[in-house]
Amino acid sequence: MFRAQKKRVLERTTFGHEVEREQAYPDRLNMYLVPPLAEITLDQFEEWAVDRLRVLGEIETCVFRNIKAKQMEQSVRPLMEKYLPLSPNSTSGGGNKDMQLEEERKKDHYSHFILRLAFCRSEDLRRRFVKAETLLFRIRYLSVDPSERQALLRKYDFGWTPVSDEERDDLLPNLIFASENSSAPFEKTVKSESYFKVPFERVPELIETRRVYMKAGVAYVPSSLQLSLILSEFSAKLERALEITARALPRLDEDDRLVPILNHLSKGFVAPEYVPEGGDHGDGVKAWQVDSLVEHMPLCMRTMHQALRRDQHLRYYGRQQYGLFLKGIGLSVEEALTFWRKSFAKTTDDKFTKEYRYNIRHNYGLEGNRKNYRPMGCQQILSDAAPGPNDHHGCPYRYFSEDNLVASLEGIGIQDRSVLKQVKDDVKAKQYHVACTRVFEASHRTLHGVKSLIGTGVGMESITHPNLYFDRSLQMAKEAEKIEQASDEHAAAAATIAA
Amino acid sequence: MPSFKTDDLSQCRDPTEASSPQSQSSVVQQFDGNIQTSSSPTPVAVKEDDMFGDEDDDDFEAAADALESKSSSAPSSSAPMVAPISTPPSKTAGLDASDMPIFYQRLMPFKEIFQWLNHFPSPTTSFTNREFAFTLQNDAYLRYQSFPTSDAFKKEVNRLLPSRFEIGPVYSANPRDRKIVRKTAFRPLEKELVFDIDMTDYDDVRTCCKGTDICSKCWNFITVAIRVIDQALREDFGFQHVLWVYSGRRGAHAWVCDKRARTLDDSKRRAVASYFEVLKGGAQSSKRVNLKRPLHPFVARSLNILRDSFKDTILIGQDPWRTQESAEKLLSLLPDRELNDALRKKWASSGDRSSLQKWADIDALAEQGVSRTLDPTHLLEAKQDVILEYLYPRLDAEVSKHLNHLLKSPFCVHPGTGRVCVPINGERPETFDPMDVPTAGMLTAEINEWDMVHKTLDSPEREKLSDYEKTSLKPYVEYFHRFVSGLMKEEMKQKRQREAESSGSLDF
Ligand SMILES: [Zn+2]
Repeated sequence: MFRAQKKRVLERTTFGHEVEREQAYPDRLNMYLVPPLAEITLDQFEEWAVDRLRVLGEIETCVFRNIKAKQMEQSVRPLMEKYLPLSPNSTSGGGNKDMQLEEERKKDHYSHFILRLAFCRSEDLRRRFVKAETLLFRIRYLSVDPSERQALLRKYDFGWTPVSDEERDDLLPNLIFASENSSAPFEKTVKSESYFKVPFERVPELIETRRVYMKAGVAYVPSSLQLSLILSEFSAKLERALEITARALPRLDEDDRLVPILNHLSKGFVAPEYVPEGGDHGDGVKAWQVDSLVEHMPLCMRTMHQALRRDQHLRYYGRQQYGLFLKGIGLSVEEALTFWRKSFAKTTDDKFTKEYRYNIRHNYGLEGNRKNYRPMGCQQILSDAAPGPNDHHGCPYRYFSEDNLVASLEGIGIQDRSVLKQVKDDVKAKQYHVACTRVFEASHRTLHGVKSLIGTGVGMESITHPNLYFDRSLQMAKEAEKIEQASDEHAAAAATIAA
Repeated sequence: MPSFKTDDLSQCRDPTEASSPQSQSSVVQQFDGNIQTSSSPTPVAVKEDDMFGDEDDDDFEAAADALESKSSSAPSSSAPMVAPISTPPSKTAGLDASDMPIFYQRLMPFKEIFQWLNHFPSPTTSFTNREFAFTLQNDAYLRYQSFPTSDAFKKEVNRLLPSRFEIGPVYSANPRDRKIVRKTAFRPLEKELVFDIDMTDYDDVRTCCKGTDICSKCWNFITVAIRVIDQALREDFGFQHVLWVYSGRRGAHAWVCDKRARTLDDSKRRAVASYFEVLKGGAQSSKRVNLKRPLHPFVARSLNILRDSFKDTILIGQDPWRTQESAEKLLSLLPDRELNDALRKKWASSGDRSSLQKWADIDALAEQGVSRTLDPTHLLEAKQDVILEYLYPRLDAEVSKHLNHLLKSPFCVHPGTGRVCVPINGERPETFDPMDVPTAGMLTAEINEWDMVHKTLDSPEREKLSDYEKTSLKPYVEYFHRFVSGLMKEEMKQKRQREAESSGSLDF
């Protein structure tokens, strides 16, 4: 359906003789279920897409920095107003005003569908696009009038069955125990709350966190969680639509005017990812040097290094995470093989060759699909597999108990009570990268004369990648060394003069 | 699991390489359909054990054992399992490779396995587009095998004599054609929702056995886990066709076969897996239970189930806090310092108190009022958390999260123990004892014995009986048969309903 539509846009890139079919936009909130029907110029095509991309890009940056919903709205709103405004119906007054409303909504509608083309082309792009679009929808949903929300619910059939008062009263204890807010007045709230029944497949994120009562495959969702339901509908529908578009897209590649624009657009939506400086350290790092470099590693990598030294073993995800990190600091594949061979001291050569060697070489792009893997950033580490009982990978700020975290931090020399408290607060607020940044700051204070390159202050770089932590730490140590040498020479010179 | 997505943001990923750990290995992918037609010796691929999670995993250990036994140079503490046999090994432990042809030829219930995966008497795409993966006895790993019929499947298994085979998803095209169809036309469509419970994950709370050993004491962990998960799958999620299977050594798998479960995508599988996740955090998290109160109805019900067997399984069976040192672990999970001091004092002075006594001491001392600061609610909640921490099911969540994860088939023979991966009755898991599970060797002997005893029987009389009926495998095959019949019946009913609905809508 959409493909056919797209074709028309392509075939006639300017408003031709054909009369443009007027599309009415009575509401601001759009679930984007119907593709646009009219044609637009190639210039509009690109301009509108770029404008929407600015907004989505800011949203993704906020996600990347782990910024909370409230703050996110504050930093995205100015961009929304500038590039993707949506005025309420109340501002209409006939004539030009109405034209403007129509134009805003049209731009919103079209730009969304144009970006679908650019972002349907890989699983990763689809996932990120859905996430950013869903957050944009969320910001808008929360900012519109209640009457507009009601209009949305009327317009789209979400397939929710209301729970009768009778059934609700029957299930009351269960509904209460499943509800998130179980403080004293909650019973009253639940009694007056209205509930919907939905098949559990439609609310995976409520199931995932056990926020609703489940019975025989049906989730009982309170209306207070309605937003979550709508958002999951929104993202599920968008996900499906993107997959369909992706399957239809190869045929679009025949059009050489559009492809460059789409390629360009999808590149514009790349979250800032740190590229490690490893390999620039002269001859690289040797296997035997790793132990002496531990002091420059962030807590996650130190934890794995210590576990590796203690157990002479590290489980799969740990080897992946730490192995790629070491690659990032400049360990060549030969040195990596040496390092892991020696570290797995209890393992026979034969077993090592059979079970571990391939994976190490794989990470260096020498086996399998020959992809040269990059070290994992914090975001990936945070979103990948959580550590099991015998694992040591993952972000310690997220997975350590508070006691163990404090003990580990004290172990690396963070004794300052106020710093430890701030770190604990960061962790409670799920601001794991801030916690790590704070630890960097605190542990690099002793390097007199060298300005910290990392910090929690305004405009300072914060930790988003374990290799960034390492590279900056090493860089500071080297500068401190230079200063020390210089002052030693200075002192020596002064001593000579004095003598 | 790590996903290295930052490298090629704009590149469309091969759907077959999507997320299953196995599929990351392209060594594995070299071995596709070609193997079937080649008469030359099978190429050997070193199996990427790591792709399966970790080497401590039960299923995986099987592969590792097999690997070690192959290499004569490496000093190995484990007995040869798959090596060519000159002296017959014990029939009760380990696997004699020479039992495999007989097992596959005469005992493996191919017809039932076919019906189980196909849900219909004649082959449908549920079977023909289904991926099988074979691990051969030389450790070559063949992925993307598929078969047009139950007979073709049986024939190939009998030809290759794999040490085990795994079952993957139904794809949108025949897995053997995946290289010739367009990339986007080859994607996984459905697979049973699976769960994997392995004793390895209980090692920090298990005192009776170590490593790969199990006994009936620690098997209780698995029994309780089955009870908790099975009940929630049925009551909370409304699934009806849940098959539990012994993994052959020290764990169990669940296959949820309802249509609704089979069609869940990855994000919904992840949601279900997380619903069951109560213990959080890795080795460094000292307290892994952090739950809101009052407890969610699912957790509350699970806790009730656990509480019933906590005394026998943990306090008596494992006795985890008998020494002064190990009792500190218990104290670290309790909320009140003054109470802890009193307990510590009591235990130090009265010498050797069992975990059962120590557990009772907590409430006894609390009631005596040894602490002025004690909050009874906190204590109650802490004790609930202890029960959950020690006994709540420990699932390998990654296995459940991916549509294209492969899992060992029921009725395979575990290469390490020789035991058959038989079904476990999920409604009465306590009746299952892994020590009773027959090995391939025992079964072969049972057939021979039966044939000897019944030598005088007329041959038509003898042929009435299937070979499995002559052996202790019989009740397991019969259970499986009943399970599959129930599933097929349900599928047919649904199909008729769908047809009635669509024809109805045409009439109007
Ligand atoms: Zn045991």
